[in-house]
Amino acid sequence: MKFLLDRIENEEVLISDGALGTMLFDAGMKPGKCPELLVLENPGLLQSIALKYMHAGADIIHTNTFGASPLKLSDYGLEDMTEEINRNAVELLRETAGDSAYISGSCGPTGKLMLPYGNTEPEEVLAGYGQQIKSLIDAGVDIICIETMIDLREAVLAIKAARTVSSEIPIMTTMTFDRTPNGFFTIWGASISDAINGLQDAGADIVGSNCGNGIETMVDIARCFRKKTSLPILIQSNAGQPKMKSGIITYLESSELFAEKARELVDIGISIIGGCCGTTPEHIKAISTAIK
Amino acid sequence: MDILEQISAGIQIGDNKSVSELTTRAIDEKVEPRDILDNGLVAGMNVIGERFRVHEIFLPQVLLAARAMYAGMDLLKPLFLKTGMPSLGKVVIGTVQGDLHDIGKNLVGIMLKGAGFEIIDLGKDVPAEKFVNTAEQEGASVIGMSTLLTTTTPVMSQVIELLRERGLENRIKTIVGGAPISRDMATEIGATAYGYDAANAVECVKQLFG
Repeated sequence: MKFLLDRIENEEVLISDGALGTMLFDAGMKPGKCPELLVLENPGLLQSIALKYMHAGADIIHTNTFGASPLKLSDYGLEDMTEEINRNAVELLRETAGDSAYISGSCGPTGKLMLPYGNTEPEEVLAGYGQQIKSLIDAGVDIICIETMIDLREAVLAIKAARTVSSEIPIMTTMTFDRTPNGFFTIWGASISDAINGLQDAGADIVGSNCGNGIETMVDIARCFRKKTSLPILIQSNAGQPKMKSGIITYLESSELFAEKARELVDIGISIIGGCCGTTPEHIKAISTAIK
Repeated sequence: MDILEQISAGIQIGDNKSVSELTTRAIDEKVEPRDILDNGLVAGMNVIGERFRVHEIFLPQVLLAARAMYAGMDLLKPLFLKTGMPSLGKVVIGTVQGDLHDIGKNLVGIMLKGAGFEIIDLGKDVPAEKFVNTAEQEGASVIGMSTLLTTTTPVMSQVIELLRERGLENRIKTIVGGAPISRDMATEIGATAYGYDAANAVECVKQLFG
């Protein structure tokens, strides 16, 4: 398989997968359970979702390890299973994908507040990400994806942890921004410029944004990123804000809208396009058909 | 600047040490505890709330201001032993069962406390029964529910359902919020109010008590 960063260098646009969490809930996962445990309890389900995304045209599929740092797993008392969960998450995808998709090791926020805002030492966060990312890399991931970050300091620690494990592994990092009258900011107060500078200095190869309020806002965010960095950019949008319809939660943005906006993202110069909460293989198929 | 203004300024820059020292000094100088609370601590938090609302400052600054506010409140508490801390009303808050995210809920708690409400924080992963039982036992007038996960919104409906079953829906109002919640969703599940962010939640709760 050709090195992922080389393909981006050659101006190829890669497609990443869509939502995992909302797909798992649709498949009957109960809220309140640790979603990462499915790696051990129902690998077949994760493999079937990955396969759907690959058939839809995804070049990159994410491991089910968003909350598999020991700090986050400790919410469920599962911190001792960090290595086992992360390793198996990679292995089950490799079994399905072989060499036909890149496997991206997902790392989400720890959910802990660092000093002086909370009680967690930054060293604990660094060590925690180090443990998770080492397990992912040892198991053979192609890229590390540090995602949905709101605290730039935490994102930087995660990148540093990854760089300590490997100087070569490609790292992509996305943060989640809200529109304010003064521009885009994370809840934690990082602007897009802050994010780019911080992430780039820490050693990220690809930067961008995920989650958020829908694909239209995401196109504006993508433009801001493109103006301010020469690094490759990754965009993974929610399918809009969730709505409640007769007791059922739905995301309303259609795959047609995603197809149209994906073309705009390509024109802006975005290198990797995928989906976040509420997107389905249908959305990924629409993106893939629109831009390939 | 008088000492209460200094306390307010200390809150605004999140300096818990200076707020603690100044509050001690104000108490020693026999400033009315109620005055220290309203015109020092709460006044400072009001400025923080407003600056947060207009996106001048963000979560970290609010958390530091809150830490400073708590430092001052801890010193005042013993002075209100007989009467209890003066408050605009009691609010029970929590992140609903199935959800372990609590940054948003904590922020709302801080803002409400800063605005002068008494907060009973049930933490995260809170079942419907517990919200209703606590509000009933504590005589709270408002239940505030937060979630980050779309899948846990049914717990919010259950709380509202339970209030109806027990005939409490007129005495105990509900407010919901969190990333996946919209005004439509709040209306659909029958919540009394919807706070689209922490600052707005405080406005709504004030109206619920008004």
